[in-house]
Formats: sequence, C-alpha cells, structure tokens
Amino acid sequence: MNEYTYPILLGLVFGVITRIYMLRTDYRQYPTYLHGKIIHVALGFIAAGLGAVAVPSIMEQEFTAITFLTIAASQFRDVRNMERNTLTELDQFELVKRGNTYIEGVAIAFESRNYLVILTSFASTFAYLVWNVWAGILVGIISIFISKKLMSGGRLKDIVDIEYVKPRFDGAGLYVDNIYIMNIGLPARQEEVLKYGMGFVLKPKNFNVRSTIANLGQRQAILHDISTALGVYRDSGTPALVPLAKRDLDDGRIGIFVLPQEKDVEKAIAVIGQVPTLENAIRMPTESKANKKGKRLE
Amino acid sequence: MNLEKYILAVITTNPSKVTGGTAIFICETKQEMEQVAANLEAILDGIAHLISEDLYVIVKH
Repeated sequence: MNEYTYPILLGLVFGVITRIYMLRTDYRQYPTYLHGKIIHVALGFIAAGLGAVAVPSIMEQEFTAITFLTIAASQFRDVRNMERNTLTELDQFELVKRGNTYIEGVAIAFESRNYLVILTSFASTFAYLVWNVWAGILVGIISIFISKKLMSGGRLKDIVDIEYVKPRFDGAGLYVDNIYIMNIGLPARQEEVLKYGMGFVLKPKNFNVRSTIANLGQRQAILHDISTALGVYRDSGTPALVPLAKRDLDDGRIGIFVLPQEKDVEKAIAVIGQVPTLENAIRMPTESKANKKGKRLE
Repeated sequence: MNLEKYILAVITTNPSKVTGGTAIFICETKQEMEQVAANLEAILDGIAHLISEDLYVIVKH
C-alpha cells in the first residue's frame, strides 16, 4: 500500500462502472451472452487500469510509462477487429442481415467505449490525487455522464418523418405509396404479402438526410432492427418474403416494406425511430464549400 | 464469376413467346401454370415473377 493505491482503485472502479453502464443488452441483442459480457468487462477492467495508472506515473516523472497507452490503443483496435470478424461471420446466418455498415458501426462503438473508460478512470484518479477523494468521485460521475453523451449517436426519428402506408399491388408489382418494391407473381404469395406486410415511408427532413438514408447500409440497418424487434415472417429459401427498402428517385424518400410477426404500427414506427443513424452513412453535402455557389441546398 | 440474378426456369401457357437455353415448362391452363410456378419457386429458392399474363419466370436473387 502506498499513497497511490486508493486513487488507482477509485479510477479502476469508475472505469469498470462506465464499461458496465455502456454494456447494455437491448433490442440489438448484442452482446447477449454471459461470455460476451465477461470479455468486454475484462477488457474494460484493463482499460480502466491503464487510465488509472497513467496519472501516478506522470507524477513520479516516469514519462516513458505513457508509451503504455500506445499498447492500449493497439489492443483495443484488436477489439474492433474481433467484433467485426465475429459479427460478419454470424451475419450470414441471420434471416435479415445486419449489413457491413451496421457491423462496422458496432465494432467502432466497442473500440471507442474502451477509450471512454480510459478517460473516466484517468480523470477520477487525477482528481483524487490533485484534490481529494470526493473530488475524485464527483469527477468520476461527471465522466460517466460525458461518456454516455459521447456514446449515444443520432436516431432516425431526428432526421426523418415516418409514416405508415399499407402496401398495395398494381398488377404483379408491389408498391409502398408510389415506390416500387418488387414483382411478386404468385397470387398465393401476393395474399400472404398483403396479410403480413407493412409499409413505411421515410421522408427526409433536409437535403443531408437524403444522402444518409439513401445509403444501402443504413437501409439494411433499419430492416434488421425492425425484424429483430417485431419478428420476421420468413424462412430460408423464401426470397419473395424478404424485407426491402427502396428509394423514390424524385425526392429521396425511402419506402420500407417489412413482414413482421407482430403487426403493430405504433411499435414499428417507434422501432424505426430508434434505429441509430450510422456514422459511416452520414453525409453532409450542405457543409461543402461548393454549396455557397449556385442554388443553396437545404 | 458470381451471378447476382439468374433466370432458373420459365413457365408459360404460350410456348410461342419463349425460347432459349433455360428450362421452359409449358402448361395447359393458367391454374396449372400457377401451380407449377409455386412448386418451382419452393424447390429452387427463387422468386416467381409475373412478366405477362401467360408467363412466369423463376429468378434466383
């Protein structure tokens, strides 16, 4: 025991609390299993340790100890690779796939959460050593909230208006509103589709959003999330019952066609609203310098 | 080469409309055509698309 023991312990505790707090099992169903959780809590513990130990090492003028953090960085990049590989591997067996963009988003989140853990434990240990234990606890709690804020990205309901539209057939063509989805030939299949199918139209609120929701990965994420939350009426080898999202080329609206097990309009709209806007899908054409010329995009 | 879409079979009541290298099933009635299309759709894991009133194609997606 020395003067640094308690500060390091405090940092460690807050780091692990942050990791557990950010490790939620929600409708995305990942990580669902105990083993998955243990892996991430253990990595969070390592991250917390690194963050906490960094402060005393600076105070003892052991500046080379900071290079340890570079090891941490490569370690957590491996976490990202691990998550990406696992999810990509498992994605082939999903009835409605997550899609690579979504997987990449999840993998980035796992990596960045470990850095937030380092930040939290660093800050709380630092506050303990500079002021006192109460300051350490206070800074720790504030850091958890900051982490929470940094972790949560945008939601689809912030950028689009969601409207329920009953799917319809025009000949063999399936439509949601005026957006063509696909050709279903067999009358029996058509009945099935009308019985179980639900259609939604996502209307972008501005020009940036048009490009964001046009992204195929973002669309696949929407389909995956609805299918996870409301179930899916399909099996392998029934491509006619696959959920689809198609685009109205005129105004960038997206027509979503899904076949949920639970046909609840209100819940489905809520689920679509909760779909994260994927970092890799976000586009900002209005921020471009070229936008100052000609007609302004909004 | 990996083909994304491919016509696996054609089912028709009007043989004068189709020809070529794919499997063509010729049926007597519309009902028979629908039945054959439904069967083939299940067997081939494709989608039965209606091209015109007397012509179905099964497409692998």
